[in-house]
Amino acid sequence: MSLDPVVLFFLLGLLARIAKSDLRLPEPLYETLAIYLLLAIGLKGGVELARQSPAEILPLAAAAILASALIPLLAYPVLRRLGGLARADAASIAAHYGSVSVVTFAVAQAVVARAGLDAAPQLAVLVALMEAPGIVVGIVLARLDAVRDVRWGHLAHETLFGKAVYLLLGGILIGFIAGPDGLAPMKPLFGDLFKGVLCLFLLEMGLVAGGRLPDLRRAGPFLIVFGVAAPLVLGTAGVGIGVLLGLGHGGSAVFGALCASASYIAAPTAMRIAVPEANPALSIGTALGVTFPFNVTVGIPLYLELARRLAG
Amino acid sequence: MDKHPRRLVVIVTEAVLERTLVTDARRLGAQGYTVHDVRGGGAHGDHDGEWDADRSIQLQLICPDGVADRIAEHVLAHYAPNYRVAVWLAPVEVFRADRY
Repeated sequence: MSLDPVVLFFLLGLLARIAKSDLRLPEPLYETLAIYLLLAIGLKGGVELARQSPAEILPLAAAAILASALIPLLAYPVLRRLGGLARADAASIAAHYGSVSVVTFAVAQAVVARAGLDAAPQLAVLVALMEAPGIVVGIVLARLDAVRDVRWGHLAHETLFGKAVYLLLGGILIGFIAGPDGLAPMKPLFGDLFKGVLCLFLLEMGLVAGGRLPDLRRAGPFLIVFGVAAPLVLGTAGVGIGVLLGLGHGGSAVFGALCASASYIAAPTAMRIAVPEANPALSIGTALGVTFPFNVTVGIPLYLELARRLAG
Repeated sequence: MDKHPRRLVVIVTEAVLERTLVTDARRLGAQGYTVHDVRGGGAHGDHDGEWDADRSIQLQLICPDGVADRIAEHVLAHYAPNYRVAVWLAPVEVFRADRY
């Protein structure tokens, strides 16, 4: 199977950083692309969501929230005992894996759509639901002895009204209310241009991921292995759950990619505020330097193949 | 025109702290502030600010000596242990004393 152009753009960015190219996307452009992607994913998801019955989406939503909360509980003991990491670091990394990556979701959808399958855009609502539970569990793990001291109100505000969840939920709501007819005039912007914008964003992600590579030296071999093993295990479980919940070939692969992904927008900010003693180089280095590139290049095609065999 | 001595407090730190620092500075007596997005490197490596969690800000406050000292001490005591923080003070002169 040939690589999706989205992945090639990511590799182009990664290579630029490794080769010490002076390529740099202006920050306002990165911001604009991020806002566009979040809204576009949300709008498409909202339109599809309106077509679903609550009976279809509720079990999925429950499974997604449960998965996001359970993943840190599974990852934490592994990081503590096998990795010998300090409590704050283990909890912070666990939270990153409980939360999800919107870009991994978008790439999974692009790959699934390219394979001619239903990319299940309604799953965008799961992305929004899966941002927070993992972060909350991670913070509780780090603060077991002083949970009351955590400024939950401040954190809830940062997570819910941070641009990632706010724009995604906002897009879903607008798509849900406006419906396909209401959004038709915007299709040239939010539909036709989507893949091209995603490519540009992945170029930037390649640059950012390449910039995290020096962190890996600090992270050491255990976290590099963890950054590959965790998505493999979680992605496999996610595909299995997706098939059981009737998501089909494409949808199960996308759900697998969601479970396998690690957050690098909402979680780093929330953990930096709530658990400042955790070393961000470890969590971000693993999530962005190992897991994201792994998922984009190897993981997603694997989840797609696994979903084909299971959903067959 | 009369000139009045004041202290410039400059804090370079992680963008995630912006709102908290502004609230703290106001509580400690600062009347106004200016924030710039910046990038640079130091003891914690290079931070090119290419994405959200890696951004740095430079917060500037002009205030009387006592307030400046309180803010600097507060920032160093509460944030410097766990965050990237650089703080410095410099003497400045202002024209409208009641504003600072």
